[in-house]
Amino acid sequence: MSLYAADGRVKLRRAQSLFMLTLCSLAALVGIFVLGLVLFFLAQRGLGHLNLKLFTVASGDGDGFAQSLRGTLQILAVACAVAVPLGIMGGIYQQESKGTFANTVRFLTDVLNGIPSIVIGIFVYAALVLPISQAFPGKGYSGWAGGVALAIMMLPLIMRTTEEMLRLVPSALSEASLGLGATRWRTMVSVVLPAARGGILTGILLAVARVAGETAPLIFTILGNEFMGKMDGQMDALPLRLFKYATDVDETHHQIAWAAALVLILMVLCLSIIARLSTRNRMQEDK
Amino acid sequence: MNTPSIHNAQSKSRLGDRVYLGVLSLSALILFLLIVGIAATLAWQSRLSIQATGFKFVTGSVWDDAAGTYGIWPFLFGTLYSSLIALLLAVPVSLGAAIFLAELCPKWLRTPITFLIELLAAIPSVVYGLWGIFLLIPFLRDRLMTPLADKHIPLLQGAGYGPSMLAAGVILAIMILPFITAVSRDILQAIPKAQREASYGLGGTKWETISRVVLPYSRSGIIGAIMLGLGRAFGETMAVTMLIGNQAAQTDSGISFNLFEPGYTMSSALANKFNEAQPGLSTAALIEIGLVLFVVAVLVNTCARLLVRYTGKSVNK
Repeated sequence: MSLYAADGRVKLRRAQSLFMLTLCSLAALVGIFVLGLVLFFLAQRGLGHLNLKLFTVASGDGDGFAQSLRGTLQILAVACAVAVPLGIMGGIYQQESKGTFANTVRFLTDVLNGIPSIVIGIFVYAALVLPISQAFPGKGYSGWAGGVALAIMMLPLIMRTTEEMLRLVPSALSEASLGLGATRWRTMVSVVLPAARGGILTGILLAVARVAGETAPLIFTILGNEFMGKMDGQMDALPLRLFKYATDVDETHHQIAWAAALVLILMVLCLSIIARLSTRNRMQEDK
Repeated sequence: MNTPSIHNAQSKSRLGDRVYLGVLSLSALILFLLIVGIAATLAWQSRLSIQATGFKFVTGSVWDDAAGTYGIWPFLFGTLYSSLIALLLAVPVSLGAAIFLAELCPKWLRTPITFLIELLAAIPSVVYGLWGIFLLIPFLRDRLMTPLADKHIPLLQGAGYGPSMLAAGVILAIMILPFITAVSRDILQAIPKAQREASYGLGGTKWETISRVVLPYSRSGIIGAIMLGLGRAFGETMAVTMLIGNQAAQTDSGISFNLFEPGYTMSSALANKFNEAQPGLSTAALIEIGLVLFVVAVLVNTCARLLVRYTGKSVNK
């Protein structure tokens, strides 16, 4: 009868298990609830203040953020121009080489990935903006500097995804190419890279999505501008304008900040969703 | 294999490969120089401040541009304290969510939930800041700070007008939650099935299996995941700058444990004081904050990566 005697204890343990597992499920719900909370209020406050004028008028000329939107796109273009080729080459390097230096570089990529964005910002300020402003008074802050800062943040992300995507390419493919007498670089450029193209593109999209909303490094590099700025002078960017408007006292500015946040989040979320959906589809095909 | 090559094409191709490997190494070298360059540049441009203040930079509690006194102890404390609050709030939720995703969730639900939680990480810091200013702060003020104002509960005291350590801690918790969840989930999923089966075979319930077998087995990896979250929290700038109040506590040491009190972190001080910095010592001192943040971030991240990697290896054996 000992089996039955233990029954009460088993019930207790089962109840405890059920209780703890419910807590775990609730924890996952909390995460989703918070996401919903943020997105709901963004939509609620942002949608009402969204209008065409925001996209066509600069802040200095009226209630808009046209100069910020243009600035963001320009700075992102510079960042991509620097980070994409360098990141892909770095990824190929990591895939192709072994040894102490390659391992050091791999470790440094992780380190770079963990450096706070504000440190990147103050680095670009210390390395580019400050020396230039000392040599040419009134110069220094520029869209170029902002682009460089964002590029440094994109670099480790692109390298990592490139390396991982290259690794997914079956080695039989490159062996076949090498076996036919192709050189290593030919094999990489004509066989391996095209096979990994989709994944690498996804990585680039995710990297862009991640830096598009960055503000901290831009405070030290582009400084901000109420009017249409030029790349070699003070510029504006959407996150920076959002920060400035959210923290000042003007009620109209708060409304523009909500609209800017909605535009920014739509940009970022679209990029991440496209990237993730395309990765998932490809991975399913592979199976 | 240094036999003279018969085929002209082959020597040509070797040249091509040499160029190819050269270009690749060059890109790796650029990355290497970049990291070294970050440390060197920050150190060089803050030399004025390093020479003038020395180690007092870390232990001093007064930051006064006019007097030329620079001490970041209140900022350092704020960084540690706000991150600690964030961890206390985020770790139980993240671990719960990771356990749910790795152990409980039906397969069809796993991808969408993972995706939603990862979207939390995609929201820019400045957007969290905006949300915090207009929704989180009023909520905390009206529901928590005002009702508790005269109750004299330890820690739950302070100015109570909204921007505070607590507000910064809550927003940081939301921001690091997806990171800790994602890394912990990966670690939990890497644990061999046999471990679990043994526990079930002995009659363990699902929770007993998780708490006595799975979690202890993955302990160092989860600590690594938490440290990765901590690294994030240390460096987060915009949301914290917008919510923490940017004001050192009115005590001699410049620090206060009261959650409703405003505070400062290293990154928020850097972002906030940048506008008023004069060329020279003042700017150098700000760049030195960046240097300190850099050093802290590298240390925390290195430890975290080593822990995560170590667990991954021992699990794969």
